This record gives sequence, structure tokens and C-alpha cells, in this order.
Amino acid sequence: MSDNPSAPTPGITQQERDELRRQGILLTSIQELYTWGSSHSVWPLNFGLACCAIEMIAASMAKFDIARFGSEVFRPSPRQADLLIVSGTVTKKMAPQVVRLWDQMPEPKYCIAMGACAISGGPFKQGYNVLKGIDRYIPVDIYIPGCPPRPEALLHGLVQLQEKIRGFKLTGPDAPRHLRADLPCDYPVPEFGAHDLEPPANPDVWKAPVLVRNEKA
Amino acid sequence: METPEQIRDRLLARFPGAEISVVANPAPAAQHSLLLGHAPAVEIARFLRDDPTLKLDQCSNVTGIDWPEKEIVETTKSTVPDPAGGPPKVVETKIKRIQPGYLEVVYHLYSIALGHGPVILRLRTGNRTDAVTVPSLTPVWRACEFQEREVFDLFGVVLTGHPDLRRILMWDAFKDFPMRRDYVAPDDYEWEPTPHGDVLEKAKRHYPVPPAAAPVAPAAQEAPKA
Repeated sequence: MSDNPSAPTPGITQQERDELRRQGILLTSIQELYTWGSSHSVWPLNFGLACCAIEMIAASMAKFDIARFGSEVFRPSPRQADLLIVSGTVTKKMAPQVVRLWDQMPEPKYCIAMGACAISGGPFKQGYNVLKGIDRYIPVDIYIPGCPPRPEALLHGLVQLQEKIRGFKLTGPDAPRHLRADLPCDYPVPEFGAHDLEPPANPDVWKAPVLVRNEKA
Repeated sequence: METPEQIRDRLLARFPGAEISVVANPAPAAQHSLLLGHAPAVEIARFLRDDPTLKLDQCSNVTGIDWPEKEIVETTKSTVPDPAGGPPKVVETKIKRIQPGYLEVVYHLYSIALGHGPVILRLRTGNRTDAVTVPSLTPVWRACEFQEREVFDLFGVVLTGHPDLRRILMWDAFKDFPMRRDYVAPDDYEWEPTPHGDVLEKAKRHYPVPPAAAPVAPAAQEAPKA
């Protein structure tokens, strides 16, 4: 697989593999085949929240054509989807539904936080009703900044996600969450509290950022 | 279109004894409004809708205003004659009084049939805590329904006579009224690169400057040697 030149194949160099491939012999491993296959069939959930969703729709149309990367199959059901694109502002009233959708998706699943609002609350960060980033409840794989990001940025984020998937190991401590028994993979849905969501963040997923002060300043 | 004063006079002739006054808007827009008492408010609204010279058939906007309790200092000057025979002294006396807070619901009315407007109505609550009811005008203009629910949700004004008074934007278990001036949002501040204003105050509270950060750092570096 020329897609992944850095994949480890003990005892044989990439040059020799390329030479074999020219001679009609394909040398690969289950891991490469698995990650190559899953990286090129990332099916997103048909789910939009705000103006970023318009850019997501544009990315799936003819001009940008997300089908070039194997992700044109927007699924209307979370049971069939691999990728949750959180495209837009997540209000506190909407957040439990987003987490519930995420819980309904089967592993392996990935999450892209698209745009400033999904990353941090964006321009509404100081508001009382907007969740300050979906990464408070869901593990986010790729953050795409922008307000909203252009379709090219979404495609770039998708390619970055594909590279991340191709780097997955099937075994060992570096294996992703869905291949390991020791990692939790359930994400509790927050409750509507009297003043805020309960809890305001999932401590297993998110911790408040620590400010590193420049001591010279 | 008639001025608010003319409308008030006509309303007072039609509804004798009703509390109707004109609240002047000193801004250049000069959109003066009519402050209505609670008792005949629905009848007045129905009159404004059906009156052939006004025909205010569209309620385009309903909103709320929170007027918190305010301390007003009034200065009165009085001249006191000097008993020694000199020029009279001018004495300033300051009287402090507390203007109680209240909530207000504002309606902007237009006429599609006659192409004029707006006529602005205001309804006031008794205070901000327990007497927070005003009559709902949804029976007159159906378009008010969602916007009155929004006023109930965000300001906590209870609109009596509303067919379906529930929260509309926030969830049902939510207890606060976020658009009131004394609302305190949940304290979930996190670091921001360029805080300013209120956000800077929050930043200082959540990320205080570490006390004597510079002297501690070299000592920590020296510690492994010893």
C-alpha cells in the first residue's frame, strides 16, 4: 500500500515492496489493509447544527465533492455512521442530544469539531446558553478552526482524520479505544440541571486548560 | 397616524377610568409609548386592533425589559436668609429615595391594512419578585404566543391568560431568568488568550498571578542537584 509508506514491515524495505508491486506482487499486512479500508470509508452522520452545516453540505456537493475521499455516504441513522461532524453551535439544550447521538454510533467512531463554536463556544463563549466546546463531553479527533471553515478546510480535516486512522495499531497499548478492553467507551449523557448541565463537563474526557505563564514576562 | 397622545385621549374617552399614560422617548427616534394598566389591557388591545382608524392588526414584536431597583438622589436648593444680615445662603438638600424595580413587557403594533405603525404598548409588573403578572395579549394577537413565552422564559414575567405558558428556549428544569440584570451565569470560565472587560475580571479570578513565581523556579531547578 503506497498510501502508508511509514508502515512497519520487518525485514523488507519500502523500496523492495514498491519493486515487488511493480512486478505484480502485493505485500501487505492485516493492519495495513484494515486501516486503509476503514480510512477510506468514513461515513459521516447526516447531522448539522448551524451555519457550519451549510459548508458541510457544500463539501458534499459537486464542486468540492467529498466523495473523492470516500465520505459521501451521509447516513441518516447514527447506527450506520462512523463520523460525527459537530458542525455548529452546541447550545446547552442541544448538548445531551448530541452526546446521545454519539452514544448510539457503533465503534469505531470518530468526531470532528467543525468551527469555532463546536471547538470552544466561539463568539458565544461567554453566553449562558452555549456549551463551551463539544470536547467537554465527547472525545474529539480533529478540530477544524474557522467561522465557518471553508469546505476545503473540512476536506483537509477529513484527510487528517484518514491519516490518523491509518496510523492506528491493531494491538498493543497504542491501539485505539475500540480495540482495547481496558479503556472506557461509554459517555454519560448530561442532565438538565437547575442552573446548568449536570455535570458541566465529563471529567474523563475534558479538563480545564492550565495557563502556562511566561515567567520572563 | 394619530400621535400617542391622541390615541391616549381617545382610549380614555372610550375606557373611562383606565390607567393610560404616555411614556416619552427622549431619544431622536422619539418613539413614545403607551403605558397601560392591567385591568382593561386586553379590551384596549382589542379596541386598537378593531378600531377603523388604527386597525393595528399585526403585533410584530414582544419583548421584555428589566428595570432593577434604583437609588435616586434628588437635590433641592433653598435659600436661607443669613441672620447676621449678609447675603442669603443657598443650601442644597439631598433626598435619597429608592425607586422600586419592575419588569416591563413591550408590544410593537403595526397596521398592515392601513400601512402605519408602530404603536408601542407597555405593561408593567408590580415588582421583580412576587407580583410579576401582567395580562397576556395572545387572545388578541395570536402572533404574541411564542414571544410572550420567550418573555416568560428569559425575564420571568407571568402572562395571565396565555394559552400555553411554558419555557421556550431554556429547558423546563431551568430555574433562572437569564435576561434579568441580576442573573449570574454558571461559573465555567476557561482560559482565553485575550480577555478584556468582564472577561478579564473572570480571568483574574480563575487564573490569579502566581505569588512570587520567578524566585520559585530557580530553586526548583537547584533542588535535584542537592
